[in-house]
Parts: sequence; structure tokens; C-alpha cells
Amino acid sequence: MIRIAGLHKWYGDFHALKDIDLSVSEGERIVICGPSGSGKSTLIRCINRLEDHQRGSISVGGTELTRDVRDIERIRSEVGMVFQHFNLFPHLTVLENCTLAPLWVRKMPAAAAEARAREYLARVRIPEQADKYPGQLSGGQQQRVAIARALCMEPKVMLFDEPTSALDPEMIKEVLDTMIELAESGMTMLVVSHEMGFARRVADRVIFMDGGEIIEDAPPADFFDNPQNERTRLFLSRILDH
Amino acid sequence: MTAHPPPSRSYPPGEHPDLPPPPATTGIPGWLRANLFSSPFNSLMTVLAVWLIYLFVDAAGGWMIFDSVLHADSRVACQAIDSGACWAVVTTRLDQFVYGFYPAAERWRPNLAFALLLAALVPVLFSAVPMRRALLWCAAAYPFVAAWLIHGGFGLPVVETGRYGGFMLTLIIGVTGISASLPLGILLALGRQSKLLALRILSTAFIEFSRGVPLITLLFVASTMLNYFLPPGTSFDLLVRVLIMVSLFAAAYLAEAVRGGLQAIPRGQYEAAEALGLSRWTTTRRIILPQALKIAIPGMVNVFVGLYKDSTLVVIIGLLDPLGIARAVLADAKWNGLATETYLFVALFFFLSCFAISRYSLWLERRLATGHQRASMP
Repeated sequence: MIRIAGLHKWYGDFHALKDIDLSVSEGERIVICGPSGSGKSTLIRCINRLEDHQRGSISVGGTELTRDVRDIERIRSEVGMVFQHFNLFPHLTVLENCTLAPLWVRKMPAAAAEARAREYLARVRIPEQADKYPGQLSGGQQQRVAIARALCMEPKVMLFDEPTSALDPEMIKEVLDTMIELAESGMTMLVVSHEMGFARRVADRVIFMDGGEIIEDAPPADFFDNPQNERTRLFLSRILDH
Repeated sequence: MTAHPPPSRSYPPGEHPDLPPPPATTGIPGWLRANLFSSPFNSLMTVLAVWLIYLFVDAAGGWMIFDSVLHADSRVACQAIDSGACWAVVTTRLDQFVYGFYPAAERWRPNLAFALLLAALVPVLFSAVPMRRALLWCAAAYPFVAAWLIHGGFGLPVVETGRYGGFMLTLIIGVTGISASLPLGILLALGRQSKLLALRILSTAFIEFSRGVPLITLLFVASTMLNYFLPPGTSFDLLVRVLIMVSLFAAAYLAEAVRGGLQAIPRGQYEAAEALGLSRWTTTRRIILPQALKIAIPGMVNVFVGLYKDSTLVVIIGLLDPLGIARAVLADAKWNGLATETYLFVALFFFLSCFAISRYSLWLERRLATGHQRASMP
């Protein structure tokens, strides 16, 4: 589904991603963790070209990511993304947030787009908020709208960039529950997150990144109980021991 | 350290009911207390303000209203009737103040155009109008209908633009300037933000040039120099040239107001739109502009009000806007020396229209306020 080979990225002189190789097959759930500045967000933002890379190749669903705008837009319409700060469109209602891309990218008829939006809003358990504006919702509700908005494009892959980091503690669970349900429905997911309980429960593989490199890539059981690399052990001891 | 006594409680923890607020903080007494008499200084200022208002009404009210004269043949006749303002200078020449020298027999045409303007504005200004989309298309045809009605041709006798004047001319310049500069200003603002270097340089150069030159000089260019640049034999109506210059000038200022709005849009909005696969144009049209224009409303209205009032500068190149008419009227020996009444009347007209524009913009801001701030939960 996703094939990344020999990927390098620089921000000016700063070498942000160093020789990343990563394959994700259909239906696989991957959690990426690591200290801040390790390149984990940059990596998933390269997959839908929110960041461009300077060397190496990325292909999604068989389409190679190049400078060609048509390729970029095709990949973006197949890859959903959920952001740390939700990034809902504040001037549109919840329903309009969800129907916008189906209407203008997929060219769906209005009635079909609305029916689909209501279906996904029901799936993330906020059908009754459809006519409100994002500013009227709690953080957890906004993030679930953001998930529904991405799902309305019926993407093949979902990217989550620290989806719970900006939430109040009592709202994290409702978002994680939504993500767990999505994972159980068979969606291919790449999740940048430090929610280790979530990783343990749904991830097929957990990836640890540090200094722009993939340090460890293992199933959750091995990753948490028997990490191979010293840096992974240090990181885990920092975030798990309280 | 003094020991704090435990607070006396009339309810067990967790069972405190919602109580009504104290009576003196609500209703008219509450409002008076909070706004006019909240402190000794505030009370003093309130009394002072009321006193100043009384002085003004006492002095000006008599002159402007009670002792004023509405109808008379000349200044001398006015003074013979009463001691206040001589509004007769305005009432006898009201036709000229409104139409300039537009022929009396054809004045139904600008009247009709004005009525149609009000009708066309309804779907443009208010979004809750039924069948708004169809009505907006009609409104888009308005400038052409109005130009035909006022200028003539195609069955109507032609009225030369040199005969337009008064408030009619102000409205022509104001409405044309606003409706032409709005799309142009938005395009310039987008051009200035463009990734294409050539487009960015062109837009920036145009904006900086237009803003760096007084409108008066542009109007002089319109009235004299433009003809040298045009191929010989083409005569280009003076009013049309003025309209073009005013629109371009306002567009440059408007572009800067819109740019302020564009720069206030968080990066995340672009990223969310990109991640959904929206094209650049759809992103601009559906996500960025609606939010940016909302933020830019106060700045844009500022430009519009400025444009509207600056239309009086055309008097310098000989167009008879209300100030031009005022000059002509005051040059008449019968009305000599009534500048106060004449200019007050013109000022009142401008104030009323500008105040309406500003009220509308405040209303629009409130209506569009779905914003980032959180509204109260129902």
C-alpha cells in the first residue's frame, strides 16, 4: 500500500529524515513514536506531500509521488489525515466540513455527499452536532469531526499526526475509542502518538524514531517487552515509568 | 498568621443550587449603575456629557431648526423672515444638488436606476433572501442596465455625462468604484501572495505605485494626459476615465486590507485543505477567502468609505459633484455668504450614507461571527 525507499529530507541544512525505508501493507496499523524533533511527523507529512522530500521515493497505492500536481492530488484524495490541532474549517458547519471534499474533489451529488457525511458522523458518534459550527464543540468532538471529515473521502490510508496531544485528559478516551473502532474495521493506519496503551492494543507494528532515523520496528509485544536498541529502552523508560 | 474560620455554608458540598443574581445588577437600574454611575469619576463624566449635549442642542437646535427658514427667494428675504439658518439656499436648488444638470424630462431614468440599485443590493447584502442565487445574477446585470438608463442610447435619448452632477454623480462614482475595486482588489491581494514570482512582482508594483500617488494626480492624469496615450481619434469620456482611475486607486488600498485578512489565516487551514485533495482554486474560493474577507471587513469598509468621500475630489477636474454644485450656488449673488448651510447639507448627505455603510458592516461582522471563538452551548 505504501512503499518508502531511501527517503531523505532536509530543512535547509538540517537533515530531518535520514534514509528511511518503510513498507506498509493493506490493513496494517502502525504506531510511530519518538522524542520531539525525531522526524516522526515529518515522515507521515511526506506521505501526502505536505512536506516534499529531496531524495528517495514514496509510492502510495501504486502511484509514485512526484512533482506532478495530478499525482499529488490523486494521492491526497486517497490518503486521509487527522491533525494535532484538528484544523476544521471554522466558517463551515460540521456537515459542510464533511461534505466539502466529496463535493469538490469527488464531484459527488449534494444529496449523496450529505448522506455519506451523516453516516460517518454517526459512526464517530456525533450525528446530532451536524449543524453546529466547530467552535461550538469540545476538543474531543472536534477531533472526531476531523476524523469523520477525512473518512468521507473513503480513503485507503489514514494518517494521524498526534491526534490526542492537544486534548484535555478527559477527552482523549473518546477519540482513542473512535480510532480503535476504525482500526478494527480494517483501515490502514499510520499513527504518530505517545498513547502506548493504544499502540499495545491495536498496532501491528510499533516504530521508534530518533534523530531522523528509524531505530526500531517491531510488533508491540516485542517492542514493549524486549526492545533491541538502547535508545528505545531509554525512551520507553522515560514515558512509561511514573 | 491568622487562622481563617471555615466558610459558613447553607448547603452541603455538591448541592449548591443556581441562585438568581442580585437585583441591582440586572435590568435598567443595573445597566445604569454599570455604565453611567459605576464610580464617582464615571458619574461626573455622565453629568458633564449631559450638560455638553444640552448646550449644543440649546445653541444649534434653535439655529438649525426652530429659527430656520425653509423657503425664500434670496438671502435677504431669509433674514427678513427669521434669524436662524437659511435652508432656502438648499431647497430652491435641490434639483441641482440631486441631479446636477440632468434634463428635467429625463430624470425618471436616474430615479428608476436608483430604485433598481436598492432592489439589486438586497440579494447582495443579505444572505437570507429566498432564491438568492437567481437574484444575484440579476444584480450582476445591474451595472449595464443602470449605465443604459442613465446614459441612454438604444431607444432612449442620450444624456451627455457632462450634465451629470450632484448626489447622483457621487452615487455613480461610489457604486462603480466599490463594485469594480472589490474583485480587482481581491485578485491583487491574491497575486501579491502568489507563488509565481512574475505575478507577485506585477501585483506588488501596481499596489505600491497606486498607493504612493495622491488620487488628485491620478485624476489630473485622467483628465488631461490619458488622451495623449490613446490613439488619435479615440475620444474617451471624462467620467469613464475618472471611474477607471478611482476604481484602480481603491483596488490598491483594498488589496492591502485583504492581504491583512489572508495573512491571518492559520497554516493549518491550508494543510487541512491540501490533505483533503482540494485544488488550489477550491481552497482559495471555499476555505481561505471566506475567512480572510471576514477578517478584512473593517479595513475594507474603511477603504469604501474613503473612496466614497474622495469622490468629491472630482470637483477639481470640473465635474459637478455636490461640492461643485455648492460652489456654483454660492457664486450666485442672491445666496452669497450662506456657505455654512450649503456645506452642512452636503456633509449631512455624506454622513448619512457613510453611517449606513458602517452600520451594515458591523451587522455583517456579527452575523459572520462563527469564528474561532467558542459560542455558548445551547
